[in-house]
Amino acid sequence: MRFTFDGRPMEGEPGDTLAAALLRGGVRIVGRSVELGRPRGVFTAGPEEPNALVRVGADPMLAATTVELYDGLEAWSLRGKGRVDVSAASDAGDGRRCDKGYLHCDVLVVGGGPAGLAAATAAGMAGARVILMDDQPRLGGDLLNSRTLLDGRPATDWVDALDLPGRVLTRTTAIGYYDHNYVVAVERRARGERLWHVRARRVVLATGAHERSLAFPGNDRPGVMLASAARAYANRYGVAPWRRAVVFACTDSGHEAARDLVAAGVEIAEIVDPRVDGQVVTGTTGDAEGVLNGVQVGARHLEADLLAVAGGWNPAVHLFSQSQGRVRFDEDLQAFVPGTSAQAERSAGACAGRYGTREAIADGYAAGTEAAEATRSRTGAAGDGAAGTGVAGTGAASSDPADREVADPGAVQPRAAEPGAGGLRVPECDERPLGRPAALWVVEGSSDEPAFADLHRDVTVADLARATGAGMRSVEHVKRYTTAGTGADQGKTSGAVVVGVMSALLGAAPGQVGTTTFRPPYTPVSFATLAGRDRGELSDPVRTTAMHDAHVARGAVFEDVGQWKRPWYFPQDGEPMEAAVRRECHAARTAVAAMDASTLGKIDIRGADAGAFLDLIYTNLYSTLAVGACRYGLMCGADGMVFDDGTTTRLAEDHYLMTTTTGNAAAVLDWLEEWHQTEWPGMDVSFTSVTDHWATVAVAGPHARRVIAAVAPEAVELPFMRYAATDVLGVPGRVFRISFSGELAYEVNVPWAYGRALWEAVLAAGAVPYGTETMHVLRAEKGFAIVGQETDGTVTPQDLGMAWIVSRRKPEFVGRRSHLRPDTAREDRKRLIGLLPDDPGARLEEGAQLVAAGRPTEGPAEDRVEGPAGDRVEGPAEGGVEGPVEGPVPMLGHVTSAYHSAALGRTFGLALARGVGPGDRLTAVSGGVTQPVTVVEPVFYDPDNARRDGEPLPDDGGPAAGGRSLGHFSEEARGRQSDGRPARVREARAESPAAGFAARFEAVSGPALSVREVPFEPMWEVRGQDPGVGLRLGPSWWLVSGDIVPRDGWVDVSGQRTILELTGPQAEDVLITGCPIDLETLPGHAQTLLGKTSVVLERRGPGDYRVYVRSSFTRYLAQWLLDAISAL
Amino acid sequence: MLLIDCPHCGPRDENEYHYGGQAGIPYPLGETTDEEWAAFVFLRDNPKGWFRERWFHAHGCRTWFDVERHTVTHEVRKAR
Ligand SMILES: [Zn+2]
Repeated sequence: MRFTFDGRPMEGEPGDTLAAALLRGGVRIVGRSVELGRPRGVFTAGPEEPNALVRVGADPMLAATTVELYDGLEAWSLRGKGRVDVSAASDAGDGRRCDKGYLHCDVLVVGGGPAGLAAATAAGMAGARVILMDDQPRLGGDLLNSRTLLDGRPATDWVDALDLPGRVLTRTTAIGYYDHNYVVAVERRARGERLWHVRARRVVLATGAHERSLAFPGNDRPGVMLASAARAYANRYGVAPWRRAVVFACTDSGHEAARDLVAAGVEIAEIVDPRVDGQVVTGTTGDAEGVLNGVQVGARHLEADLLAVAGGWNPAVHLFSQSQGRVRFDEDLQAFVPGTSAQAERSAGACAGRYGTREAIADGYAAGTEAAEATRSRTGAAGDGAAGTGVAGTGAASSDPADREVADPGAVQPRAAEPGAGGLRVPECDERPLGRPAALWVVEGSSDEPAFADLHRDVTVADLARATGAGMRSVEHVKRYTTAGTGADQGKTSGAVVVGVMSALLGAAPGQVGTTTFRPPYTPVSFATLAGRDRGELSDPVRTTAMHDAHVARGAVFEDVGQWKRPWYFPQDGEPMEAAVRRECHAARTAVAAMDASTLGKIDIRGADAGAFLDLIYTNLYSTLAVGACRYGLMCGADGMVFDDGTTTRLAEDHYLMTTTTGNAAAVLDWLEEWHQTEWPGMDVSFTSVTDHWATVAVAGPHARRVIAAVAPEAVELPFMRYAATDVLGVPGRVFRISFSGELAYEVNVPWAYGRALWEAVLAAGAVPYGTETMHVLRAEKGFAIVGQETDGTVTPQDLGMAWIVSRRKPEFVGRRSHLRPDTAREDRKRLIGLLPDDPGARLEEGAQLVAAGRPTEGPAEDRVEGPAGDRVEGPAEGGVEGPVEGPVPMLGHVTSAYHSAALGRTFGLALARGVGPGDRLTAVSGGVTQPVTVVEPVFYDPDNARRDGEPLPDDGGPAAGGRSLGHFSEEARGRQSDGRPARVREARAESPAAGFAARFEAVSGPALSVREVPFEPMWEVRGQDPGVGLRLGPSWWLVSGDIVPRDGWVDVSGQRTILELTGPQAEDVLITGCPIDLETLPGHAQTLLGKTSVVLERRGPGDYRVYVRSSFTRYLAQWLLDAISAL
Repeated sequence: MLLIDCPHCGPRDENEYHYGGQAGIPYPLGETTDEEWAAFVFLRDNPKGWFRERWFHAHGCRTWFDVERHTVTHEVRKAR
């Protein structure tokens, strides 16, 4: 295999790591250290590597010991700190497709060495669902690095003969162990990493142990290496590029390494074992480049090109510690080992301090058997207590035995033999038993060479001494002071050394010094891996209305409102925004204009107590509202502050339709359900979101009747604030006479499928399309506040000048009592006001501060309201400055809205300010610009509501501009009229939410996986009584679909969702990349998440799924599915 | 990622839920002093140890329910 290192062509062998190949090619110096720039070589053979960090392709920093060699690999050494090459790391330069997936199991085994393999085997035999993960390309763990024989044969034979159950993930590193047995792992794949989220009922940690070094002078030279690493390179990779080695053996594994090195043809100059004669390595010597050429043992100098250091072993307790388990220091092992568990977990083998191969296998069998038994032995019924993994009682830390009686509908059954009954034999092994290691952490040297505790961070014993000398006693403080343990390796080789050195410096036992906190991730993880496919347009769901494609086709400029894309304005012929908005406003004030208002939240509210419930939620009365009438309402939080507003209509005695603001739709539904379920559960009322079911077009303007005559003729003469269920374009729709502009206005609703047809018909009937900016201008001219713009959670209805909407008759509503609190009742609160700038062409800045009239003068600098020096207004500002005021200047309020009004021919604004009234003069300050303004009442246009009823239809002989004919209507509308019928679209074309994806779905479909939309499926949501059909969504909530005659009280939600169907053997492979629940135990259907949207997931059979998705999220989910399929 | 047991749906990941704060804070009925009302609106316990709290299965069955969670260990158990 050919590769390059710093541009130099080299060759390696298949199966090499980059580190092995570099050693094979004679590379001794792989890089320079971060702080001191000292030459460094390969130090380990695994993820604990502190030295051999390289850039590989677009990856700025990887441990060469973890990089599998591939043909054409290009690696560069790092000088000092690694840098992200933005151009190389960009999407274009990186063909990787990272992804994620959710897995569930009874027993997760982390680590594929002898203990983990044994545990997985035993758990599988006991019938458990098992996942085994290991970070190496091959299973075997340390057996791969050794010459150990099992039953007289190479250990790999034993590995290969194992019958491993369940899912085996190699090249997969568990990086985080979180609450409730949630383990996150990174699988390295050639096409990009996969981040696995695993929820396990029991976890067996078999993560092995890391050999450690110890601190002695010159212990960082290229050529100084962990003994286990030298042994791994010699045994596993056949790389032993050394002539003569010294082994510093504080533990017996050093002797084993020496034997292996001899077998690989390396001469052993000496084994320095402090336990034998107290001899220690006291220093090293190097050649001109700094590469090791000799080892100092006291006064003796031994020529050597390898110093293999066996400082002792540290059980890899990282994941155990992340799980909140507490480690303890084992005096015999001179290492921190797992102490008290905090979760349903057990460590087995070397990570529990059981280093021998036979011991580890036996421990693994026991751990696997125990874990499987634990998942099987649970009793209880579903829902009886804290069911499932990791919830109370699954952890050893639970103090209450009663907690452990947890529900377990999916208890495992034994698959084969009972544990121990054959098949779980511990093989014979030729290993020698390990003796006690030397308790040695630091060697006083004779030379001036630094003795390193942390090679990656270049932290020396002297640095640690400085920290303890400065009075630091906590290992956490020393870590932060010296940065020891904060490198890319997170101190895997240094952590114990730092503790040992501190213990020597402080004269305390290592157990008293303790360890620093082990935090995820265990190994570095790239942001690309964490992001997975949630990038670009999939990074956050984009919600779209039924009319979205029509808006795009008209060149709309969109703005984000929550997750929605809403047309902001519709520029014509490249006109700038200001001109477009002026034109749109003009159309609405003088003729007719239309806006897509589908994003407004809509909640269907039913039940005998619906009116009484709304009386509790809104500040005004709804129980007295006449059937067929609409009323504007405000709702407050318990703190009395405005939470949301909207118009709610009484459709029938026990049936209301509430509308909410676009951004608050979900929050309001949550709010209603919260109060109903947690405070007034006895009330007969239920709530169903119909936001997506109804597509809504707001038609506003004096000529609005002409448009309504074309699309919903029976609603033309609807009185103000009334509603009609009526044919719209020949389909059952709803028309409300509601105005948010002060003009004659209607909100026309049709089911989602007809939304686009309605929009086109309204425009064809002469309405000018307008966007949210025009809507904002029109409502501001009328002084209508917008929740979230004029309010910010500190504003009461009274502050908005809306005391009229706060009922004095009702004994109770949410927020009432808070309105009586001294703070909310005080007179000097900020209130909604209107502003007119002196300069009628100057638009105020939203958010600008309002101060008393005049210009701030010299006051204390920190209190002065002033912008950057360059923008300061020097001298008296022009126009109406009534002289300077003394600084500092109190802030009286701020501008909440500011626009240019076509109707007023000038700019204006809304603001919240205290202690001011009409006629007062203020100064608006923003960005160093001051603008004099006059306070006015916050109604700028048609204060008497004279325009509310618009103009009658021309046929009625009214004074409408344009006369009797439809002369101002578009060509299209006239064309329709030429057949003699009214200008009305008779045949509305239905369009399903995923209609635009049909071709792409078909293109990716095949025998392995087929995806399609099941369009136009009639659907109802049912509350209360079990309808006996459909999918049960909640305690008394069902979704019924199909060719069924609906019963009384069923809420038509046919437009609320659509169905995407996934069939084929690969369906689950797609779903697990975005669905967190366990598909294997899915009870027919579930409401859950897929990607980043809520869905109802129905399994109709093996590999046969239906996904019910909200219509507005369909575009997102369709793109997400196509992306998932392309990443398979 | 906590695993929380919905009484209707069974154990689900934390991100399917919305957190509802301390449980068992009833809406005061009848006359209240400003202090009593402020306590209802603004004041909540913050214990180290077991804490009875509300969760809402927002992305599932939309049920509000109470559990007990240990604020140190994050163990979750059925509210008793
Ligand atoms: Zn639920």
